[in-house]
Amino acid sequence: MHTDRLRPVLLPVAAVAVAVAIGAAIVLAAGASPVAAATAIWVAAFSGTDAIAATLEKATPLLFAGLAVIVGVRAGLFNIGAQGQLLVGAITSAYAGYRLAGLPPAVHLPLCLAIGILSGALPALLAGVLRATRGVHEVIVTIMLNTILVNLTDWLAGGPWMEQGQPVSRTPAIAGSARMARVAGLPVGFLLAVAMAFVVWFVLDRTTFGFRLATVGANRNAAHYAGISVAGATVAAMTLSGALAGLGGAVESLGIVGRFEPGFNAGLGFDGITIALLARVSPRAVIPAAVLIGALRASSTQLQARARLAPEIVDVVLAIALLLVAAPLILRWLLRLRPGSCRTEVQLTRGWGA
Amino acid sequence: MKRSWTGRPVPPNGLVAGSLLAAAFVAYGIWGFRATAVLGFAVRSSTPLALAAMCGILCERTGVINIGIEGQMLLGAFAGFFGAAAFGVVAGVAAAVVLGALVGAFLALCAVTWRVDQIIAGAVINIAAAGFTSFLYRPGRVIGSLPTWRIPLLGDLPLLGPVLFRAQPLTYLTFVVVIGLQVALFRTPWGRRTTAVGEHPGAADTVGIDVARYRYGNVVAGGALAGLAGALLSVEITGSFDRGMTAGRGFLALAIVIMGRWRPALAWAAALFFGVLSGLVNQLNFDRVFDVPPQFVAMLPYATTIVVLAIFSTRVRPPAAAGRPYP
Amino acid sequence: MSGRREGDAGAPLLEARGLTKRFGSVVANEDVSLQLRRGEVLGLLGENGAGKSTLVKMLFGLHRPDSGEIRVGGEVVRLRSPRDAIGMGIGMVHQHFQLVPVMTVAENVVLGAEPTRHRFVDRRRAAAEVQELSERFGLAVDPDAVVEDLPIGAQQRVEIIKALYRGAEILILDEPSAVLTPEETDELLRVVAELAAGGVGIVFITHKLREVMDAADRVVVLRDGRVVGEVAPGDTDEAGLAALMVGRSVVLRIDKQPARPGGTVLEIRGLEVDDDRGRRAVQGFDLEVRAGEIVGVAGVQGNGQRELAEAICGMRPRSGGCVLLREHDVTRLGARAIHDLGVAHIPEDRNKHGLVGSYSVADDLVLNRFDEPGFARWGRRERAAVRRWAEQLIIEFDVRTPGVEAPADSLSGGNQQKLIVARELSRESVLVVAAQPTRGVDVGSIEFIHRQLVAARDRGAAVLVISAELEELLAVSDRIAVMRSGCVAAMFDAGSVTSEAIGLVMGGAAGH
Repeated sequence: MHTDRLRPVLLPVAAVAVAVAIGAAIVLAAGASPVAAATAIWVAAFSGTDAIAATLEKATPLLFAGLAVIVGVRAGLFNIGAQGQLLVGAITSAYAGYRLAGLPPAVHLPLCLAIGILSGALPALLAGVLRATRGVHEVIVTIMLNTILVNLTDWLAGGPWMEQGQPVSRTPAIAGSARMARVAGLPVGFLLAVAMAFVVWFVLDRTTFGFRLATVGANRNAAHYAGISVAGATVAAMTLSGALAGLGGAVESLGIVGRFEPGFNAGLGFDGITIALLARVSPRAVIPAAVLIGALRASSTQLQARARLAPEIVDVVLAIALLLVAAPLILRWLLRLRPGSCRTEVQLTRGWGA
Repeated sequence: MKRSWTGRPVPPNGLVAGSLLAAAFVAYGIWGFRATAVLGFAVRSSTPLALAAMCGILCERTGVINIGIEGQMLLGAFAGFFGAAAFGVVAGVAAAVVLGALVGAFLALCAVTWRVDQIIAGAVINIAAAGFTSFLYRPGRVIGSLPTWRIPLLGDLPLLGPVLFRAQPLTYLTFVVVIGLQVALFRTPWGRRTTAVGEHPGAADTVGIDVARYRYGNVVAGGALAGLAGALLSVEITGSFDRGMTAGRGFLALAIVIMGRWRPALAWAAALFFGVLSGLVNQLNFDRVFDVPPQFVAMLPYATTIVVLAIFSTRVRPPAAAGRPYP
Repeated sequence: MSGRREGDAGAPLLEARGLTKRFGSVVANEDVSLQLRRGEVLGLLGENGAGKSTLVKMLFGLHRPDSGEIRVGGEVVRLRSPRDAIGMGIGMVHQHFQLVPVMTVAENVVLGAEPTRHRFVDRRRAAAEVQELSERFGLAVDPDAVVEDLPIGAQQRVEIIKALYRGAEILILDEPSAVLTPEETDELLRVVAELAAGGVGIVFITHKLREVMDAADRVVVLRDGRVVGEVAPGDTDEAGLAALMVGRSVVLRIDKQPARPGGTVLEIRGLEVDDDRGRRAVQGFDLEVRAGEIVGVAGVQGNGQRELAEAICGMRPRSGGCVLLREHDVTRLGARAIHDLGVAHIPEDRNKHGLVGSYSVADDLVLNRFDEPGFARWGRRERAAVRRWAEQLIIEFDVRTPGVEAPADSLSGGNQQKLIVARELSRESVLVVAAQPTRGVDVGSIEFIHRQLVAARDRGAAVLVISAELEELLAVSDRIAVMRSGCVAAMFDAGSVTSEAIGLVMGGAAGH
C-alpha cells in the first residue's frame, strides 16, 4: 500500500533528479561550477521572504498555464495556445486597470479579473468551436492564434494603448484600485492560483461535468452512446482552458508587473505543457511543479551573476526532464525500474480528423 | 473527390488557391508593375515553408504526426549557421541535415518503438530545441553568403527568369525535392507502399511490407528535410541566426500540409499562396497604398490559415492511420 | 494451371504437425495436425473461440507456434512473418479485408510486389495482370476502380486475386462468407471450386455447416483448440457435424414461456437513415414491437441493421419517417433523451461504443446514468453509491472481475459484454435494443445473456434483437423480421419458421 501511494510521485521526481544531474554535467562542460549554480538558485529562489515571494510570483502564471493545459488534456484536447490566451488576458486586464481608474477596489479588481478571463476564453472558444463543428485540429488553430495574439498585443502596447511619452512600448501603470497586494508576504495571485488548482481538481475528478469531459477524452464514441455531447464538451473544455490562461495573464498584470509589457512572459505556454506533464495531468500536483519551475526561472539573473551561466540552462534542464517524463521507458531503463511501476502514458492523438 | 488521392482531378481548394493567386498577381502586375518584386518575395519566403511541409507530408503519409517540425527547423538553422561559421557553408548545411535526421530518428523512436503520444513527443522536440539553441547561442559570428546561380536562357525570361531562375542553390534544391517527391509518392513502389503504411498498416504488413522500417525511414528523411529548411533560413536567406528565428514557420508548414492535402505539389502551391499574400501586402505598404502596422502583416498568413482550414477542413481526409502506433 | 510445377505427388501441399499455441495461461491450440493436398478444399469448422483463427495465423506467419511444425511440400518451414508465408506460396484472405481503401484495385493487388519499369510502378502491366487473373478464374473486378467504392463481394474477389498474384498455391479463406449475401456466397463457392480445379489447395474456415457440406472435400473440426474429428462430407450430415463442433447435440433454444404480448411499445414507420458515408442505409422501414415480446431482426451484415439500431436509440440522425415510443414521437430526440424514456441499448461494438476501457468497472456500469439521482447530487458524483451499486451488479450479472475498481479493459470479452448487459438490463426499461448481443462471447456467457433478454421480456419490456447469427434469433425471438436493402423483406413467426426459409429471404427471394 505504501509503495503504491508513492508510485505516482516517483516518476516525475526521478525525471527532475536525472535532468538536474545531466544539467550539472552540462554546466561543468560549459566551464562553470555546478555548486555555484546551485547556490545561485538557492539564494535567488528561497533565501528570505522576498526571494520566496519572487519565486511564487514567477510560479503563478505557470500554475495557471499548467491548469489550462490539464483541462484540455482531460477532454482529449491539446491547448498549445495558453501563451496567446495569457497575453490577451494580461493586456485587456491591464487596459481595464488603468482606463477605469476611479472605481472602488471592490468593483475594479474583480472587473479587471473578469475581463482577463473573458478575453482569454474567447480565442480558445474559437479553437473549440472550429474543432467541434469543422474538425479543424485545435493544435493548429491555437498555434496560429498564438502568433496572431502576440502580434496583436504587441501592436496594442506600442500603439493605441501605449503609455504616452515613453520610449518603450508598454501600457500605463494600473491604478491602485485594481492592484493585487501581498498578504503576509505571500502574493495574493499565487494564493488565488493554488485555490484554483483545488477548484479544477474538484471539478475534474468529482463532478458530473468532469466525468463528461473525461469520457469524451477517453472514448468519444462511448460518450456519444452515453448521450454526452462531444461538441459541447469540446467547446466547454477549450473555453475553460482559455479562461484559466486568461486569468493567469490578468493575475500577472494586476498582481506582479503592474502594467502590460510585451515579451514579459514569452515561453509560458510551453512551460505550461512541461508543468502539466510533470504533474502527470493531475491538477493538485501542478502546485509543486509550478513552484519548482518558478524557482528556476526566478534565479536567472543570479545564475548569470554568480555562476556566469546563460540563464537558458534552465530551459535545457526542463527539456530533459520533460523528455524523461514523456518517454518513461528511458527512465525505466536508466533506473532499472520494473515495467509497469510508473504509468504515465497520456494519449491525445487520434489523428488530424474529427 | 475521392479519386484526387490517386492524383487525377484537381481538388477545389487547389483551384481556389490557384485562382486567387493568379487574380492577385494579374491585378497587381497590371496596375503596379511590381509583379517581379511580389513574386520574388513569394518564392523566397515560401521555400522554407515548402521544404518543411515536405517533412510533414513524409511523416504523416507514413502515419506519424510530427508537430516537432518547428524544433527540427530551429536546430537545423542553428547547426547550419554555426557549422557554416566554423567550417564553411557546405559543412553547415550538411550539419543541419544530419541534426534534423537525428531528431527525426528520435521522433520515430518515440512514435514507433516506444509508442509515446506523437503530439507530446513533437512538443518535447520543440521545447528542447528552443532550450538548447538559446543556451548554446553565442552572438557575433558571421558567415559568407551562398552564390546566386543564374540558369542560362531560362534566367533571361521576362518575369519568370528573375523570380525562379536566378536563385540560390538551396532554393533550386527545394524545387527538385518537391517535384521529386510528387513523382515518387505517386509513381514508385516506395511511394505506394508509404501511402499504404499510412492508410492501412495492417494491409501493408500482410503483404510483407515492414511498417516500422518505412515509418523510421520516412520520419528520418523528413527530419533531414526539416533541418535543411532551417539551414535554408539561416544560411541562405538571412545569413544569420537568432533565438527562435523560425518564428512559427514549422507550425505553418503543418497547416500547409493539410491545405495541400498531403500532396507535395499542392502543398508547394499553398506555400506560394502565403508568399504571394504577404508579398502583396508588403509591397502595397511599401508603395504607401495603405498603412498597415507591421504586426498585422506578420499575422496575415496565420489568420488566413485559420480561415482556409475552417472552410476546407471538413472536405480533406488525412491518412487514416496518422497518429496511431502499429501494431 | 499452366506453368505450375508438379510437386512431389506423395507429400501434401501443406501440413501441420502437433501445433500448440498458448497465450498466457490460455491454450488456443493444442497438438493440432492437418494436411492439405493439391486441388483440395479443406473445410475448417469450429465455433467462435474454437481456435480456428489462431491456427491459420500460425499457418500464415502471424503467430509462431510454441511447439509443432509446419511443412510445405513436405519440407519443414519456419514462418516468422507473412512475408515468409507468401514466399512459400501461401495466400490468405482475412476476415477483415486487408485492402487500402483509397488505392485502386490494381495498386492493392501489386502492393509490395509491384511490377516496375525504370524504377517506376508499371501501372499498365499491373492492370493487365489483374485483368488476366480475373478472367482466368472468373473473378470479375475492374482494375482501375478505387477499392472503397466497391461492394463487399468485389473487395473479397480483390483479396483472392491479390493472393493469386503472389503465386499462392495454398489459399486460406478466413470466414469468407460472414459478410456476404447468400447469392455472393454461392458465387464464392463457385470460385473456390474453380480454383481447386486449377490445382490450388484451399483451407476454408467457417462455422456454417451448409457451406462445408457444399464446398469441402474434407472437413476438420476444431473444438476448444483441438482437432476433434476429420470427416468427408459424404460420410456425415449437418447434424453429425454440428454434434462434433459443439460436443453435444445442438440445443441453442432456451426454455421460455410463450410470449404474452401487450400494447405496442415501439412503432417505426417509413424510417430513412443514412450511413457514415451519406448513403441511404435504411429506407422505408416499418416495424412494430409490443410489450412482452422479442422481435429478432435477421439479415446479411451491411443491410442497414447497424444504422437502424443507432437511429432508434438516437445516436444517428433520422432522415425521414418516424419512430414512436408508446405513441410519443421520439424521431427527433437525442441519445440521452431516448435513454431517459426507458430505452436500453446494448450497442453492436462494445469497445467502440459500449465501454470506456480505461474507466473502472464501477464507472462503466453507470456510463450513461452517471448524473441520475442516486449517483450524483448537485452535479457532484456520489462515488460511494456508485461503488455499492456496482458491487451488487457484478454479483447479480456474474461479471468476473478482480473488483469494481479494476479497469474495464482488463476484463475478458465475455465479461465486458456482461458488464454492458448488466448496465442496460438492471433498470426498468420499456424497450431493449440489443445489437449483436453475443458477438465474440464464450458459450457460457451466450446462454446467460439470452436468458437475461428473455427475463427482460417477461418483465414486460419490448425487446428488439438484431443479430447476424440466425441460430441466436431462432433461439430467443418470438417473431423474426428479415432486413434486406434497408427495409423489412419478410416477417416470420419464430416458432414455425426454419432457418432455410429465412436464409432464402435474406438472399433475395420474395417475402411473405
